[in-house]
Amino acid sequence: MTTLTPVLSAHWDEKDSFTMAGYKRHDGYKAAEKALKMEPDAVIQLVKDSGLRGRGGAGFPTGMKWGFIPQGDNKDHYLVVNADESEPGTCKDMPLLLANPHVLIEGMIIASYAIRAKYAFVYVRGEVTHVVRRVQQAIEDAYKAGYLGKNIFGSGVDLELVLHVGAGAYICGEETALLDSLEGFRGQPRLRPPFPAIAGLYARPTVVNNVESISSVPSIINNGAEWFSAMGTEKSKGMTIYSLSGHVTNPGQIEAPLGITLRELLDLAGGVRAGHELKFWTPGGSSTPIFTAAQLDTPLDYEGVAAAGSMLGTKALQIFDETTCVVRAVLRWSEFYKHESCGKCTPCREGTYWLVQILRDLENGKGSEADLDKLLDLCDNILGRAFCALGDGATSPITSSIKHFRDEYIAHFTNGGCPFDPHASTLFASAKAGA
Amino acid sequence: MVEMITLVIDGFEVSVPKGTLVIRAAEKLGIQIPRFCDHPLLDPVGACRQCLVDVEINGRAFPKPQASCTIPVEPGMIVKTQLTSPVADKAQKGNMEFLLINHPLDCPVCDKGGECPLQNQAMSNGRGETRFEGKKRTFEKPINISSQVLLDRERCILCARCTRFSDQIAADPFITLNERGALQQVGIYEKQPFESYFSGNTVQICPVGALTGASYRFRARPFDLVSTPSACEHCASGCSLRTDVRRGKTLRRLAGDDPDVNEEWNCDKGRWAFKYVTAADRLTQPMVRDASGDLQVASWPEAIAAAANGLRGKRAGVLVGGRATVEDAYGYSKFARVALGTNDIDFRARITSNEEREFLAAKVVGSKVTNADIDRADSILLVGFETEEESPIVFLRVHKQVRKRGLKVTAIASKLSTGNEKLKATFVPVAPGAEAEAIAKQELTPNSVILVGERASESAGALSAVVALADRTGAKVAWIPRRAGERGALEAGAIGNLLPGGRPVTDAAARADVATVWGIERVPSEIGLSSDEIFAAVNSDQIHALVVGGIDPHDAGNIHATLSALKGAFVVSLEIRPSEVTKIADVVLPTAAVPEKSGSFMNWEGRARAFEVAVPDSLNRSDVRILTMISDELGRPMALPTVKSAARELASFGEWDGAKSTFAPFSSVKAPKIGANQALLTSWRRLLDESSLQEGEDNLAGTARKSVVVISPKRASSLGVVDGDAVRVSNDHGAVVLPVLVEAIHDDAVWLPRNSRGSHLLATLGVASGSLVTVVKD
Amino acid sequence: MAFTDQNIEVMDSIIKRYPRSRSAIMPLLHYVQSLEGYVTNEGIELIAKKLELATAEVSAVSTFYTQYKRKSVGEYHVGVCTNTLCAVMGGDAIFAGLKDHLGVENDGVTADGKVSLEHIECNAACDYAPVVMANWEFYDNQTVQSAKDLVDAMRAGNPPAPTRGPNTLPTWKENSAVLAGLNDGRANEGTQAGEPSLLGLRLSKEGKGAKA
Repeated sequence: MTTLTPVLSAHWDEKDSFTMAGYKRHDGYKAAEKALKMEPDAVIQLVKDSGLRGRGGAGFPTGMKWGFIPQGDNKDHYLVVNADESEPGTCKDMPLLLANPHVLIEGMIIASYAIRAKYAFVYVRGEVTHVVRRVQQAIEDAYKAGYLGKNIFGSGVDLELVLHVGAGAYICGEETALLDSLEGFRGQPRLRPPFPAIAGLYARPTVVNNVESISSVPSIINNGAEWFSAMGTEKSKGMTIYSLSGHVTNPGQIEAPLGITLRELLDLAGGVRAGHELKFWTPGGSSTPIFTAAQLDTPLDYEGVAAAGSMLGTKALQIFDETTCVVRAVLRWSEFYKHESCGKCTPCREGTYWLVQILRDLENGKGSEADLDKLLDLCDNILGRAFCALGDGATSPITSSIKHFRDEYIAHFTNGGCPFDPHASTLFASAKAGA
Repeated sequence: MVEMITLVIDGFEVSVPKGTLVIRAAEKLGIQIPRFCDHPLLDPVGACRQCLVDVEINGRAFPKPQASCTIPVEPGMIVKTQLTSPVADKAQKGNMEFLLINHPLDCPVCDKGGECPLQNQAMSNGRGETRFEGKKRTFEKPINISSQVLLDRERCILCARCTRFSDQIAADPFITLNERGALQQVGIYEKQPFESYFSGNTVQICPVGALTGASYRFRARPFDLVSTPSACEHCASGCSLRTDVRRGKTLRRLAGDDPDVNEEWNCDKGRWAFKYVTAADRLTQPMVRDASGDLQVASWPEAIAAAANGLRGKRAGVLVGGRATVEDAYGYSKFARVALGTNDIDFRARITSNEEREFLAAKVVGSKVTNADIDRADSILLVGFETEEESPIVFLRVHKQVRKRGLKVTAIASKLSTGNEKLKATFVPVAPGAEAEAIAKQELTPNSVILVGERASESAGALSAVVALADRTGAKVAWIPRRAGERGALEAGAIGNLLPGGRPVTDAAARADVATVWGIERVPSEIGLSSDEIFAAVNSDQIHALVVGGIDPHDAGNIHATLSALKGAFVVSLEIRPSEVTKIADVVLPTAAVPEKSGSFMNWEGRARAFEVAVPDSLNRSDVRILTMISDELGRPMALPTVKSAARELASFGEWDGAKSTFAPFSSVKAPKIGANQALLTSWRRLLDESSLQEGEDNLAGTARKSVVVISPKRASSLGVVDGDAVRVSNDHGAVVLPVLVEAIHDDAVWLPRNSRGSHLLATLGVASGSLVTVVKD
Repeated sequence: MAFTDQNIEVMDSIIKRYPRSRSAIMPLLHYVQSLEGYVTNEGIELIAKKLELATAEVSAVSTFYTQYKRKSVGEYHVGVCTNTLCAVMGGDAIFAGLKDHLGVENDGVTADGKVSLEHIECNAACDYAPVVMANWEFYDNQTVQSAKDLVDAMRAGNPPAPTRGPNTLPTWKENSAVLAGLNDGRANEGTQAGEPSLLGLRLSKEGKGAKA
């Protein structure tokens, strides 16, 4: 029995959950107060001990990342929170910030203290105005409460926290592109090394963390490392938010210990929509190779998903039933990567441009099996050749879908077009049919 | 001691300095890894992904191929390039295919065809056939991003060399990458063209035909050109160039590669101002003025005889243009002493002072301050010198250190310039003429370098203050004139107080040295007249003949005295094109332009910049050969029949090891009282202006900075003007009216360009700096 | 339009948020959009001047990000998510329906200037698919008909409130100011969470863990 563990989402059902009052009602900012009385290194150690790993996709141990910041270097340090949530299928950070922006702020206070940063930034994607409002208001309220600014909590520590709003660029979710964007440049990824821990924002030591990672920190401070590491699996500790979307009876956010399976989650969410069956799904957004029903029992933790040939990513579980044309789905993702390719490197910029043209033809019934081999070869020339992971991500849906659904691709050109009825897969299909 | 790292590339061991990038370590072995975005003088970017290689370090292999242009060597590294790794080879071929899918097949009409890195590397490292069957990306093509540079976005492979150059090297980020993804493209802001003094370098480093120069577009195929290494005649930076000639005509000039001087860059003037050589009005035949006062074509023997006859028995002065080669300047220097028996010679046909002449003899001749001193300096002090306008490669040199290590630059000037803003210079505003006081207040160290321009001579006492500052702090001093020939002419002794090799005229041993080499009895022992003094001597009937080599009277400090002297004397003019001097001269002798002759310049460092004939078969002769003919005719032969013989003889002098002349300081002049609506004039020549060597270069002229009058905010408010309003600057001689620009300038000063469109100060106002002018709203 | 002294003051306050002024480009571009509706040349030139940058550097940034518009959009800018999940769930049909209904193509604006239409990428609301954004406010779980009704209401001047957003739909310019980091005081309006956001919490409170 996997017990659900609403920690981050524990009070989202309270009308004022996003307010200072609502947050303080449940011990809000107690963790920050406590942490500020600890040695910064002890805070880092506690987070290391908890086993918390990055919730933005890569799964890098958060405490270790903090530990990379050189101390005593007489340089400014920065904390930057990545709230640019844009990976297709990913929809956990935005509801979190809408319902409880204060937990992020508290986490940022603790993290900044630990890495000795006097300036922290939260980079929120620009297409979510109400989320921006909530974060902005929460920051202002935290300043008023003395939790931000000079001498926070009367501790002698200063912290400025700045909200920075994006303007529509998926690539800015890549941490170095985000830093360039925050510095006022085009959001294109930087060469690494130097890594942000050594030369990040303004070429100063910088930690870049995901919203959910930082928001998990106050609970770790409050409840201890053991409490946190008791949840999850051997190498993937703690709770996390899984996002179910698509052809599922009840889509939404489910906070559970790492390692839960899609079978369990689907079961909780009322299963695949009535009368239909699971065809394929993404474990962690569109950049993670797709799965089929064969992976229903794969533990959704970093190791489990990797072992099954994909990535945990952002735990964005997009569910597609048998009415969905996989070629159409993949084409649309490919168009997304083409649109969001930053243009810096050749394989991603030109490769996605080319892939889309081939896939469009295939979806329209033009092409031959040789085109599938060409697609796979082009993907081979992009994967691991592009400047950053965006190029890799662009190949994932294509290679994985051809692996699982080669016959469906072939059916498109033997059929002279797409054999699917797009209406059948819409949310309002059944409603209309019933009308 | 540089730490060396040993690694293995394709089975061969190689040792390179720590920090070397893999791509360059491979070059050392002769292994060419294909590349586009990589450029050794730009920050690595790793964008094009063409140079992927397999790498392992101490047995640990990278899971995917690495960009060899971004990864530094490490001990125990084993690199496998396309030559030994099938993975690297496939990665490169796949990448090349991606680059080509959207590249147009217009190589047959592309300027770059035949010398195109994309074309070449597609052949060497690409697939034979494309698999792309889709639709290519199209853009309107080409578009002008300045009057000089055209952009073809279809050909562009987005390597960002041009944008990185503009930002990192030139500090002119007027071209940028715009849009995103497959639509990403190089571009300008629609209202700000790519008007950088260095824009031509982007054309040169573009690895495809995306950026082309208007003046070369569609003119030639690279394989029809004959290339000759050459040196730039436009300024004292001393760029190494390559001149490309087809059928006797220069079609383009490219920056040469000289790490000690210009690295791989040059300025747009050096690149694109060469049409003067083939101008329709080039002088090709000697001319002698007849009895009715008209110039008539003459044979060389007739003209040489006429010149000799006119000079014989007269006291004569020699004025060497600041653009003479070292060998030609030496010819004038020797001609003055041997053929004319005088020290009345000066290469400074511009605003000068005797303070400057003393300074040059005491502190500049033989000086060894170089670019390397700039590279190592702890700070740079600029006096009477605008690096970007007056010696643009010095600007690049200083900027590189500013960018790399925050080199501190201080500029003592009346107006803050664009160049000094880009150098993040500390601006010490002074009233024109008040430089000396500000110089005296500077604190420097023995590692500091004072870069002094020729305009320092326009402020009495400034050079004396520089000498005092250097003596007090141990700072190095370098003098950087504008013209390419001045330092060489100084070393050649084309000045009244020095003989060749820095030998003081007043030193008997020095004179004896020179007399021995020249095989003459004695060298005149009195210090000769300066250019101003020579003109005055003609006007007071003491000098009756002038030998003039390529000067413009409008450069002189006193235009009226100069023109009157030229009219009053027997004038032999050695020139390449008709000028104010040839209009008056009695004998006009056509000379060779730089591409038509061999020789050398000496740049501001004192470094020889030798060049060979680039345009073969020219009938035009070097000045030194013509002077030799005249000296023969005079019966006082100087025996320098060739450029090489002049070079050899000058070199035989070696350095003067005797005492240098001592410098006696000059005092500054008290500032005049400034009345209402009055200001002190200050100015400098801009790099791109109306100088004679830029005539006919309309595309280049289109990128020149606009002529403006610059005044301070305080003056602007008292005059009630805002940017763009017409302002009139006048004195007894004339007036200049230009739009005003309100900027950082000393409140007492007004600035105008010295020789730009609508602003020819010496011709119109008769003055260029330090004088009172009236400034009113027009 | 000319920028007022008060506009300049706001810009200065935005610049002051950052340790280095160049970081202010993005909020300043949002702010220019809040005044002008899109990124005008005057706006680019002013930002360049304020930040001591070349105009090309500012325009290079503005063209990188899709939210910065180079021409006027409608008072209500409607984005239909047509990334895979929303497209499959009905986004494609909604987008086609709106194009037809409004008589505009992608990036088009209705003749009355009220509504502009754009297909957008994933907006982080997949559990509410298909999603339509208006001035970057959420309209969740849309149908072709509901989307048509929405734009009709916009053109009539009385759009309904966003699903998860303020009590009324702000204009494009008003919301651009929010994205510039200027608090409009409306953070407390609207719901804290939609039903799907509460799925796990509800299940947990109902005692429904999953069976191992």
